[in-house]
Amino acid sequence: MAVLSPTQPAPARGRPPGRAPRRVGFSQRLGRWDVKLSPYLYISPFFVLFAVTGLFPLVYTAFVSVHQWNLLGGQGEFVGLQNYADVLDQPIFWRSLVNTVSIFVLSSVPQVLLAITIAALLDQNLRAATFWRMGVLVPYIVAPVAVSMIFGRMFADQYGLVNGLIGIVGIDPVGWHSDRLASHVAIATIVNYRWTGYNALIFLAAMQAVPRELYEAAVIDGAGRVRQFFSVTVPQIRATIIFVVITSTIGGLQIFDEVRMYDAAGLGGPSKNWMTTVLYLYDVAWGNQKNFGRAAAVAWILFVLIIAIGMINFLLTRRISTSGPSTPKVGRRHTRALLERARAAGSATTTPPAAGPAPGAGAPPSGGARAGAARAGTTPEEDR
Amino acid sequence: MSSVAVTAQTAGKGAAKAAARRRERGSRASRAASRRPGWVVYTLLGIALLISAFPLYFTLVLGSSDPVAIAQSPLPQWLPDSSLFQQFATVVESSQINFWRALLNSVVIAVTVSASVVLFSTLAGYSFAKLRFRGRGPLLVFVIATMAVPTQLGVIPLYILMSEIGWTGKVQAVVVPGLVAAFGVFWMTQYLSEALPFELVEAARVDGASMIRTFWSVAMPAARPAAAMLGLFTFVQQWTSFFWPSIVLSQNNPTLPLVVRSLQATYFVDHSLVMGGIFLVTLPLLMVFVFVGRQLVAGIMAGAVKG
Repeated sequence: MAVLSPTQPAPARGRPPGRAPRRVGFSQRLGRWDVKLSPYLYISPFFVLFAVTGLFPLVYTAFVSVHQWNLLGGQGEFVGLQNYADVLDQPIFWRSLVNTVSIFVLSSVPQVLLAITIAALLDQNLRAATFWRMGVLVPYIVAPVAVSMIFGRMFADQYGLVNGLIGIVGIDPVGWHSDRLASHVAIATIVNYRWTGYNALIFLAAMQAVPRELYEAAVIDGAGRVRQFFSVTVPQIRATIIFVVITSTIGGLQIFDEVRMYDAAGLGGPSKNWMTTVLYLYDVAWGNQKNFGRAAAVAWILFVLIIAIGMINFLLTRRISTSGPSTPKVGRRHTRALLERARAAGSATTTPPAAGPAPGAGAPPSGGARAGAARAGTTPEEDR
Repeated sequence: MSSVAVTAQTAGKGAAKAAARRRERGSRASRAASRRPGWVVYTLLGIALLISAFPLYFTLVLGSSDPVAIAQSPLPQWLPDSSLFQQFATVVESSQINFWRALLNSVVIAVTVSASVVLFSTLAGYSFAKLRFRGRGPLLVFVIATMAVPTQLGVIPLYILMSEIGWTGKVQAVVVPGLVAAFGVFWMTQYLSEALPFELVEAARVDGASMIRTFWSVAMPAARPAAAMLGLFTFVQQWTSFFWPSIVLSQNNPTLPLVVRSLQATYFVDHSLVMGGIFLVTLPLLMVFVFVGRQLVAGIMAGAVKG
């Protein structure tokens, strides 16, 4: 919270007001410039470099998207929204969008469930705790392209390991590279392999912040381990779950490495069964078409989509995290993360974080209403 | 977290650490009172660990098998053997793969980018957390907002830019866009606003240190733990990055992830060679992980999570 509040004492204030020096020497003037300019000097590398390599390309994408523009020919004439119309007219674009969402859903839901389970296991009073934690993090350091090729081999249609294993159980071989849904499952598995352990550690951190008294109270009330998990742990880490879901949404809609390396051609298979939208963008720009204008249109459509889904996500999860009869206290870090998401999404409706001690997630759905009620001298008991 | 900050501001950093340690010990004692988990938990975790390690084992086994055997059996043999080294040798010596070049490029890119991200993030984070200046609030909000922006989608103008200045195919085309990270600034701002007491900054100023001297001698040492974590995560991220390098670099001047790609393009029928190469590409980071894995775990649990 302190990060955003401007009320902290300035560390390097000059001299107290009202006692202006009579004669300002050169070194003093230099010192004052030092104090005045240094803060800007320190933040300028970030802003300058980010403007050139992050912000400018993003904005310039819009410029490229309304022109005829080829990899070799360069900038052509202004064509208005023609590129957008062309893209939206392509069946492959829509196919790639469906593929992306399908792979994303197949990867995020099991991943969150599995990660919470692993975190619950790690949250026990384990011997050699660090060993187990490092163990589940191993997949994170393997490059996605490598993971994808290894799994591509394991999910081979003929003589693949997975088909061999399910053959033992008596299931017919699955066309992991020919069937559309099966290929999505395989690619989702690749994503899950890399990120489940990582997310489990995030959940573990949240679980360890849960006050132990709650568990003691639950034990006194006669709750078993499973009941404790569902009635204490899960509600307590809800904010973290939301955080993980939001971040995995932003990443999941831009999936590229895994699909690019899933087969030798790397262009989504013969019938574009697993071509995602970013892969489609790549193909339009650097594949056969070499059409930058159209690829820029794809980028902007995807950009708007990600921001929109992020905002919907935020509004939905904010409702979830603030409703309920007795909302538990949510870790301050997560409240903060959510507030920042709010800013990022450009919504200015959240309560300012600098207003004294954080009310946690116990804040009412309409902060203004409660504040108004409190000001009018009535205790807002009606929502109990 | 906040109580640490309060202690740190009133009684100095050592006291805060001691208090945190006391509290940690207390909670550990109370948790020891709850019983240790049974074998079920260890078995389940063991399975999770086996799944984590299995793909690497699978790579080793396939890397030491005969290509013909791979085409006819899911798992041709149970243990890797010495023929693995033959695959390694082939990959390293192949003129189409440029393995040493890729290793060098990967090291140069990951080290340069990590160092730069850490330095610039600490500078900006110190400024945001501890200095007062006009426009500080809005600028910080801007930094946070950019964290949610998928800048990856700006690749087309970035590519046009790189070809305009003739950087395509060169390492700096990957390094320069990575030099700063909004997440890093946010992370260091958060850390420094809690870990660095204002008193310390003031004391340095009273002693006559210039602004930059104060940063270097007071803020930098205080920022070290968070800076180390930021550096680690940036390193891993750059080391495994593929999308942008695959666009702007060529097979003549690749990074290690691009080697994986050219392995597949060049030798896709020779599975054992491809698998051996993949393991070789993974090996450097695996060795680093043995030493820094503990810090990575601590970093993720402390919130060094890139959105």
